[in-house]
Amino acid sequence: MNAVQKTAPAAAIGSPHWLLCELTYRCPLHCAFCYNPVDFARHEAELSTDDWLRVLREARALGAVQCGFSGGEPLQRKDLETLVAEARALGYYTNLITSGIGLNAERAQRLKQAGLDHVQLSFQDSTREVNDFLSSTRTFDLKREAAALIKANGWPMVMNCVIHRLNIDHIERIIELAIELDAQYLELANVQFYSWAQLNREQLLPTREQLQRAERITRQWRERLGSKMKLIFVVPDYYETRPKKCMNGWGNIFLTIAPDGTALPCHTARMLPGLAFPNVREHGVREIWYESEGFNRYRGTGWMKEPCASCPEKENDYGGCRCQAYMLAQDPAAADPVCDKSPKHAVVAAIVDQAQQQRSIVEAKPLLFRDPKNSKALSGLGTSALP
Amino acid sequence: MSVGIASVPQIAPGFRLQWEPMQDAHVLLYPEGMVKLNASAGEILKRCDGAANVAAITADIERQFDTTGLGDDVLAFLDIATRQGWVQIA
Repeated sequence: MNAVQKTAPAAAIGSPHWLLCELTYRCPLHCAFCYNPVDFARHEAELSTDDWLRVLREARALGAVQCGFSGGEPLQRKDLETLVAEARALGYYTNLITSGIGLNAERAQRLKQAGLDHVQLSFQDSTREVNDFLSSTRTFDLKREAAALIKANGWPMVMNCVIHRLNIDHIERIIELAIELDAQYLELANVQFYSWAQLNREQLLPTREQLQRAERITRQWRERLGSKMKLIFVVPDYYETRPKKCMNGWGNIFLTIAPDGTALPCHTARMLPGLAFPNVREHGVREIWYESEGFNRYRGTGWMKEPCASCPEKENDYGGCRCQAYMLAQDPAAADPVCDKSPKHAVVAAIVDQAQQQRSIVEAKPLLFRDPKNSKALSGLGTSALP
Repeated sequence: MSVGIASVPQIAPGFRLQWEPMQDAHVLLYPEGMVKLNASAGEILKRCDGAANVAAITADIERQFDTTGLGDDVLAFLDIATRQGWVQIA
């Protein structure tokens, strides 16, 4: 199928503002909540340096101004400094989104010279034990060293910690760790259930009581910290009654390029059935953004079904997340079942009800870690001891 | 700290101000975010160089646009910008 079937463009498509370059799916960590596709083992043929340089130039010409380098672990790419330097020279604000693994004094200095603007450093928990367990690695001390290098080079540091059932009760210590490491921003991002997190959902969805306690503690710290450190708490949308405005609208401001060159309106959209996404190896970024079916299919509100189509709030959230609609209602054009107006909202309510049970879920069912062996098995490409 | 006419503002570390032709506006960029500025905010912020004080910034804008009496507007905007963390007082 030709991935750039010409479709009638929706009225007044704006320009992309955010270019997310997922440089590689290679990663030294094996986090059980990773949003990379579970079949990443199928998509490992990475773009060349020249391909990425062309993508940077073409997206900048369209108006993209924020550029994120992500993965996998972007430090696994030897040409990261080259790409950062080009992005910075083109006028992007350059963000490195990293686990910190692979950042040493020499690379930090080269990235500084390349003009890198900011580093987002992920932690999995405030304690070595839980951090290392959740990432299935021994990386806690390496991350602390990376944090020190980020500060020594004068970069603003966003610390990101994915929050879920197994670490949400440590939220106060996570905030204290961010203060100790002198982060300017702390994102307490409740896990969203896609990809690997979806496979491990039972073990990761917190209880309502856990969530309320965490929100209370975060509010207290926000008042105490004032402008010293900005605390961002991303709510888990299963506990909401209206869906999130996913990606700020499909094909509205975000453009993600996957390691193999597939262009996506969001980093998990590849899971959607019946929709081919164009590849930058074959098409220019302008054509992809404005003319491809992959980007036009769910733009705006024209594609909506009821109850969204006649909903007075449809512009607030654009019907929520297409991937969640597909996963929970088996229809990517349905209302996101998080919405209590969705006829499938009972599916979300049942998942939330189940999460209130207090049994030790991890002992009952082991976590499935994100690693190449498990991915090959999930892709039907190899064998493993998957349950 | 409140902003006065003798204050010397500058764009805060980690923030970057630049003109974006595609948006026909100045934008303020920061980690993973962007503020699109209206024309007057852009004119004020592009003069926040860590050398000029608020009185000099105001006078320069009044001269360029051949007007007077902008002092309170400039102070009010810089007060907001400081609270937002976009600007620091040197």
